[in-house]
Amino acid sequence: MKLTGSQILIETLIEQGTEVVFGYPGGAVLNIYDDLYLNAHRIRHVISAHEQGAAHAADGYARATGKTGVVLATSGPGATNLVTGIATAHLDSVPMVAITGNVACSLLGRDSFQEVDIVGITLPITKHNYMVKDVADLADTIREAFQIAQSGRPGPVLIDIPKDVQINTAEFIPQAACTPVLPAPVEEADLVRAVELIQNSKRPYIYCGGGVLRSGAGAQVMALAEKLDAPIGFSMMGLSAVPSDFPLSLGMTGMHGSYVASKAKTEADLILALGVRFSDRATGDKSKYAAGAKVIHVDIDDAELDKNIAAHLGLLGDVKEVLDRLLVLISEKKKPEWLARIAEMQQYAAAHSGMPLGELSPFGVIDAVSRRTEKDTPVATDVGQHQMWVAQRYPFASPRTLISSGGLGTMGFGLGAAIGACIATGKRTVLFTGDGSFGMNLNELATAVSQKLPVVIVILNNGVLGMVRQWQTAFYQKHYSQTTLERKTNFAALAEAFGARGLAAATPEELERCLDAAFSVNGPVVIDCAIDKDERVLPMIPPNCSVEQIILN
Amino acid sequence: MQKFIIGLLVSNQFGVLTRVSGMFSRRGFNIDSLTVGETENREYSRMTVTMTGDEYNRDQIIKQLRKLHDVKEVKQMDPERCVSRELILIKVRATSENRQDIMDAVNVFRNKIIDFSPQSVCMELTGESGKLDAFIELMKPYGIIEMCRTGMISMDRGVTSLQVPD
Repeated sequence: MKLTGSQILIETLIEQGTEVVFGYPGGAVLNIYDDLYLNAHRIRHVISAHEQGAAHAADGYARATGKTGVVLATSGPGATNLVTGIATAHLDSVPMVAITGNVACSLLGRDSFQEVDIVGITLPITKHNYMVKDVADLADTIREAFQIAQSGRPGPVLIDIPKDVQINTAEFIPQAACTPVLPAPVEEADLVRAVELIQNSKRPYIYCGGGVLRSGAGAQVMALAEKLDAPIGFSMMGLSAVPSDFPLSLGMTGMHGSYVASKAKTEADLILALGVRFSDRATGDKSKYAAGAKVIHVDIDDAELDKNIAAHLGLLGDVKEVLDRLLVLISEKKKPEWLARIAEMQQYAAAHSGMPLGELSPFGVIDAVSRRTEKDTPVATDVGQHQMWVAQRYPFASPRTLISSGGLGTMGFGLGAAIGACIATGKRTVLFTGDGSFGMNLNELATAVSQKLPVVIVILNNGVLGMVRQWQTAFYQKHYSQTTLERKTNFAALAEAFGARGLAAATPEELERCLDAAFSVNGPVVIDCAIDKDERVLPMIPPNCSVEQIILN
Repeated sequence: MQKFIIGLLVSNQFGVLTRVSGMFSRRGFNIDSLTVGETENREYSRMTVTMTGDEYNRDQIIKQLRKLHDVKEVKQMDPERCVSRELILIKVRATSENRQDIMDAVNVFRNKIIDFSPQSVCMELTGESGKLDAFIELMKPYGIIEMCRTGMISMDRGVTSLQVPD
């Protein structure tokens, strides 16, 4: 059948399994929005307050489910407003398809109204991108985009569709949803080498990253850990792959990781790194990183092997596939001495932890929230101190429950992402944010209200840009340059102005009352929690240092 | 530091050169030359990249190139087992006194004279980069008016070739 370009777009999105599109209308996508109107019963559209929020929502949707998030924006400023959202997804390997309208082909390259070269702009922050100039290529381009976004190491793909291509017609033949291209199985000889290294290890350590979540290999990681008595440390992106209360879980490693997770890694003789990319925030000083250990690195992206840390053995493949095969080949080997040493480190860390300041402590707030959440409650964060506190403290119980911007560290990510995760899962969703981050994209409260989303927004409000301030305290002689905000924002009143519930807490008792109320409301609630501005995120390994320089209290 | 030659087959589409060159600059890889042109199959273009770096740089470049969707095949060329050529056009000042010296050099280097005027000689020379460098040095004293250099192209000796995988 002959369809217009915009009809083809809608049909292909539905064909590829898209249920929700996050977006914002505009001149260059009017035709698409007309067809969204006519197909509203088949595909849901969620309008954001700003295109950046829509991009983060599509991202949050994808992180919470593993499905490909879809975002739609008009040309020019609509397209450029997506950029931060696309880059965020790119750095964290999130499958996303971004669709932008553009001016008609005849107007391209003439600096027409709302024309921007979004393909050029997003070249370094997409897995691939397209400008479709012939409507006959549109359906297959969209299909290919979905396949690229989902295959191997996922990532965002952008499709720019000029207005005349949306109007022109072409033959459309429906197809089945594309399936991701699977990586080739790992060579048997490499597996045998891995088994040898693992069996000879006295102090093995599993380093679990986002690839484990993508691969759905949490159960395999736990089985391997138990077989080997290997403790597990996580990159921030790997959190929630294994429940936090799993006995061998040591929590997050890296700059703000737990003392034990970082220390055990330096004492290990073998690091089994699964779906990680050894980012600088995770490794610190690379020359001292795991100096005494052999590293087996499993990743689905060949370019990550030997990029940041040279591995003794690199296995290119899917983590789950590799672990399933390893588990058959590896025999159980208990290591009481190694576990005793880990327990010793744990005692040391407990004895050296700091005391909270103020009435409401960050961990106190997180604990109070976690007493009310369910195992599969999505927990989104923004970026900064509150993010690290959540990563350190929140008891993750189910995969994909942490929705947080790791690689790009995007302040303003959280609310959009929480909206996406809430829509994707249909579950009450928690957003932990800071007064700084929340101030960046709080306009999306309007979206949460209009969509009647049960999002509990917990602002850890210290009145300062806490993470930057913490660095200024430690490394810049307390020169608090532009980090003391002196704002008078009444977040509770602001929430009410948006049509949400707004609450404020300064004591544990008030917080309990607020949370009881928040978790019974069927819509967005903001709780402004006053915490002390001098609370720090600890432990901290200063940048480009090792665990020897860790600051514990 | 070593010199490496990398052969690529890429989709013959607009923007592919930008994708490849953008990846190099973004990741801080230094390339010495890059050539691109259509192959016998109009769907694909062939690129030859020459670079100076260590093995880490080489491996990363090859792996990062492979990740680009429009890059269909990447191979490090073995200098011992491939033929490499580069072409230059070079125009030098010539007078009736020194023209014969220039002609002698042209003969020795087996290049061609492709344009001639009372004040200048324009020559075409192909070969491996070392030979071209030597000829350019030789021409400097006469006064090089302008020159163009294509960058190296390279392919395997014998029957093996760079092919788009099935």
